[in-house]
Amino acid sequence: MVSIPHGGRLVNKVARGERRRKLLKEAAALPRVELDSNQALEVENIAHGVYSPLEGFMCYEEVSHVLENMRLPNDLPWTIPVILDVDEDDLTAVKEGDALSLTFLGKTIAIMEVEEIYRVDLNLYASRVFGTADPGHPGVFKVLNMKPMLVGGTLELLNEMPNKYERYTLHPAETRVLFSERGWKTIVGFQTRNAPHLGHEYIQKSALVFTDGLFINPVVGRKKPGDYKDEVILKAYDALIRNYYPRDSVVLSVLRYEMKYAGPREAVHHAIMRKNFGCTHFIVGRDHAGVGKYYGPYDAWKIFREFPDLGITPLFVKEFFYCRKCGGMASEKTCPHSEKYRVKFSGTKTRRMLLSGIRPPPELMRPEVVDAILRFENPFVEE
Amino acid sequence: MRRRKYTTISIPVSLYERIKSVMEGTGFKSVSDYVTYVLREIVAMHERERMASPFSKEDVERIKEKLRALGYL
Repeated sequence: MVSIPHGGRLVNKVARGERRRKLLKEAAALPRVELDSNQALEVENIAHGVYSPLEGFMCYEEVSHVLENMRLPNDLPWTIPVILDVDEDDLTAVKEGDALSLTFLGKTIAIMEVEEIYRVDLNLYASRVFGTADPGHPGVFKVLNMKPMLVGGTLELLNEMPNKYERYTLHPAETRVLFSERGWKTIVGFQTRNAPHLGHEYIQKSALVFTDGLFINPVVGRKKPGDYKDEVILKAYDALIRNYYPRDSVVLSVLRYEMKYAGPREAVHHAIMRKNFGCTHFIVGRDHAGVGKYYGPYDAWKIFREFPDLGITPLFVKEFFYCRKCGGMASEKTCPHSEKYRVKFSGTKTRRMLLSGIRPPPELMRPEVVDAILRFENPFVEE
Repeated sequence: MRRRKYTTISIPVSLYERIKSVMEGTGFKSVSDYVTYVLREIVAMHERERMASPFSKEDVERIKEKLRALGYL
């Protein structure tokens, strides 16, 4: 059996059939709040159970619990609040107990029961979630510039957002059925924002040695200039899987989600999401979801000690490198030789080579992956 | 009214003493922290054992159809 959803029940807040038609009709007469694409993605993630057991945006008590204790009020581990910020003007005709139509590009995507309208101390929020209130941190900057009011309450999804990656999108209910159909009992989740080099491949394959299946789950959504474009990451993984993985051991599917860069807290958040997709294990990077020098080298690993009841096993795999003396791939745990023999994988170095039109060597990146990347005129996000 | 964050439970003093000696050098700051950690682990395990399947037969069939159409099955 794949893992139990977080909190014991996979949330499904997608309205279908007659109920959907009824709610759409009702929504037409409701006050509307227009969402940006990231907020709309949060709505979809809630509705499809990615954030189980949440059934809507958090209210004040939940947010304070999460900020203070890294747990929901019912003691369940939860490290990053899921909130909806809105302008005061949007709420002039709205009070607690009312319903709202949540729209994206002018079209209703969900209906929400407004349970609470509240404010939080944004500096405190940022300090707790990101461990800093420095506005130079991209996550903090975003929080400090949020709209002033927060709205909490349950929701139901009525229309899906446009999705460029439909072919690659699986919701938790679907991955759970897929894993079961394949007979997988242990599944390791891998989160990525990069096209794969050999270091990534070896980390994944090490985990696959003692699990039944590998779930490669790249995050697609807003990215920083210089990052690989989403479609490049997908094509690069397609090429890697086609040529170097047993096909029945791997599932590639995207997660539509905006990175928060909250380091350790976000590492736990990522693990919870993958637990809801059915994973039993999750690979945690050394500087998982980190940015700049805001987090210590192993902070994203240490935080997991706080959660004996997380329900998904974090795997702390040390980075791989090529050791000239070993004559193969190795990691700090397996190789006794000194730094001078080690060729380290660097995403930055690989990107620089690709940008200058230089093909990374096969010891760094599989030739088929390089070909897939170079088929794009500009594989990187521009300013 | 603010909800209480903690409550008191009773354990035998002898057990309390055993825990105190066991937790030395583990990084736990108090017996309460240690007991909370251990209980969370055990309670989560029992909760997992009690969970039922979240899908109906129809759900599963609908999902399988989509997975086939996308080439996953």
